[in-house]
Amino acid sequence: MARYLLRRFVFLLVSLALASVVLFALLRLLPGDPANALTSVGASPEQIAAARHSIGSDQPLPEQFTHWLGQLVSGDLGTSFVSTLPVGPEVASRLDLTIPLTLAAFVLAVLIAVPAGFVAAYKRHTWYGALLSGVSQLGIAVPVFWLGMILVAVFALNAGWLPAGGFPPDGWAVPGEAVRSLVLPVVTIALVMSASLIRYVRSATLDVLGSDYLRTARALGSSFGQAMWRHGLRNASVPVVSVLGIELASTLLGAVVVESVFALPGLGSMLVTGIAQHDYPVVQGVLFVSTLAVLLIGFAADLVQRVIDPRLRDRLSGGTR
Amino acid sequence: MTERATGRTTGRPAEPTTGRATEPTTERTTGRRRPVRSYTLLAGCVLAGLIVLLALVSLVWSPYAADDTSGGRLAGPGSGHLLGTDKLGRDLFTQVMTGARIAVEAGLGSVLIAAVLGILLGLLTAFAQGWLDDTLSAFLDILIAFPTLLLAMLIVAAHSATLGSAVLAIGLAQSAVVARLTRILVKRVLTQDYITAARTSGTSWPRTVAQHVLPNIWPTLVVNLALQFGLAVLAEAGLSYLGLGVPPPNASWGGMLQEAQATFTTAPAGALAPGILLVMLVVGVNLIADGLRDTLDPTTRRRRT
Repeated sequence: MARYLLRRFVFLLVSLALASVVLFALLRLLPGDPANALTSVGASPEQIAAARHSIGSDQPLPEQFTHWLGQLVSGDLGTSFVSTLPVGPEVASRLDLTIPLTLAAFVLAVLIAVPAGFVAAYKRHTWYGALLSGVSQLGIAVPVFWLGMILVAVFALNAGWLPAGGFPPDGWAVPGEAVRSLVLPVVTIALVMSASLIRYVRSATLDVLGSDYLRTARALGSSFGQAMWRHGLRNASVPVVSVLGIELASTLLGAVVVESVFALPGLGSMLVTGIAQHDYPVVQGVLFVSTLAVLLIGFAADLVQRVIDPRLRDRLSGGTR
Repeated sequence: MTERATGRTTGRPAEPTTGRATEPTTERTTGRRRPVRSYTLLAGCVLAGLIVLLALVSLVWSPYAADDTSGGRLAGPGSGHLLGTDKLGRDLFTQVMTGARIAVEAGLGSVLIAAVLGILLGLLTAFAQGWLDDTLSAFLDILIAFPTLLLAMLIVAAHSATLGSAVLAIGLAQSAVVARLTRILVKRVLTQDYITAARTSGTSWPRTVAQHVLPNIWPTLVVNLALQFGLAVLAEAGLSYLGLGVPPPNASWGGMLQEAQATFTTAPAGALAPGILLVMLVVGVNLIADGLRDTLDPTTRRRRT
């Protein structure tokens, strides 16, 4: 296990390094000059040159890259071209909103999807089992922003129960208000996410229900509940955990779009604004943090899988990939 | 669901496909199969076909010109406009038709890029050995960890917000997924006896791939590409909603929904119609994928759930 941990950690670091190269290269090698963000349309060549110099985009690319990498290593995400504020603290304050939003949506989605997926599999020949499968089939086709719009129209604009968007300017200083403004966004993300999760839980449950070990356990006298609890749950959770990791990562990114629907000042809206303003340090910083989060989640999901499933541990500790 | 579904050693599932796990055909495919009737396939074809029809018609005819604002602002459905008008007085049905065309174009374009790049890259990694194999598959893993939407935003940020950028970005991101699937499928086929037989009887590698490998993996690939089509349509809509996709005045469904959000309660048609059509298209294509899996792949036909 220790050897696996080490390998997996090295892989994480290499991934991160590679991702930062890709990030940097994609932003720089494609046409367009970051200095354009700083100058107006009719700027003179001197003004453009000055702007380029002030942000360092007149340096050779490898030098720019090592400079950025050096900053990253020391925990500095750079300075925004537009607001001239450091990106790091801004990202940190945005995470105050995005992390609770993502985690709450994720937990709610799991709470919906695990029972629903189990029922969809176990009771697949009943009308409600079929209905659950049908609804999840429909759910994966619904764009998350559209569902958000509909929920706002129904529960905020028509019923007036919840705010339609925005976040209290004082943030979490007024917890009641903050929570109220996050209810609809959380439900929106959780519903869309559980639609795809249900399908995975259903298919994992079906595999377990048809398995020989479950039949054997039943033949040896276990009740269905005992057999599922002792053998089924653990087996079914292996594929589901790996999907959960991917889903958690995509929830984080789904938040980008949902924050825009609900006008929430989170990481996503920072990214969208950054892109609109060609503010490269902001875009780079946000994407780097998101990538890091995605990779860490994948790392964690892999570890949890190995804790659950000893076969994976044995298969990999030998060093064969 | 162990080795079969967990793609590489990272233990992730091969594909976020539909519930059932897919398997490549390990038996040699024979030329002709008994046609299988699938209502899923039929329903999918009807749903997606309607949208494609709408898209095709929009090429030659639409009720109004795209910039015709004679209808008055935010007119309700009826009154000479099937769905009413938007806040600038443009006919909504005309826009929805254009949106259908853009959605189909986005889906087809992305899937084409994903298929060509992904299958080539997948074949390459499947035949690579040792460190090259390790490096390439690690690279694919990283690309897959890098989500479609972020990659798309990155390309749009660096380039410009056009349909081309969006399609390129979505296609690139999806090609990594297709490549990994191709790699797994090809590796599994390569262990089969008929490949050894072909090789020992002197068939060259390119010929073996064309005659034995591709025919055996294409059912699974086609099903996956159909699913990717739906994901691409959703991704394009998301980008357009954020203002990073098709620029105005061309009406993408995502852009239309963004515009209609502010007037949802007063003029719900504009906020509902594009979304409903979008769901129809994606559900239709997903059903086609499910139906194709059942009809094309004899191994899954037996294990219907």
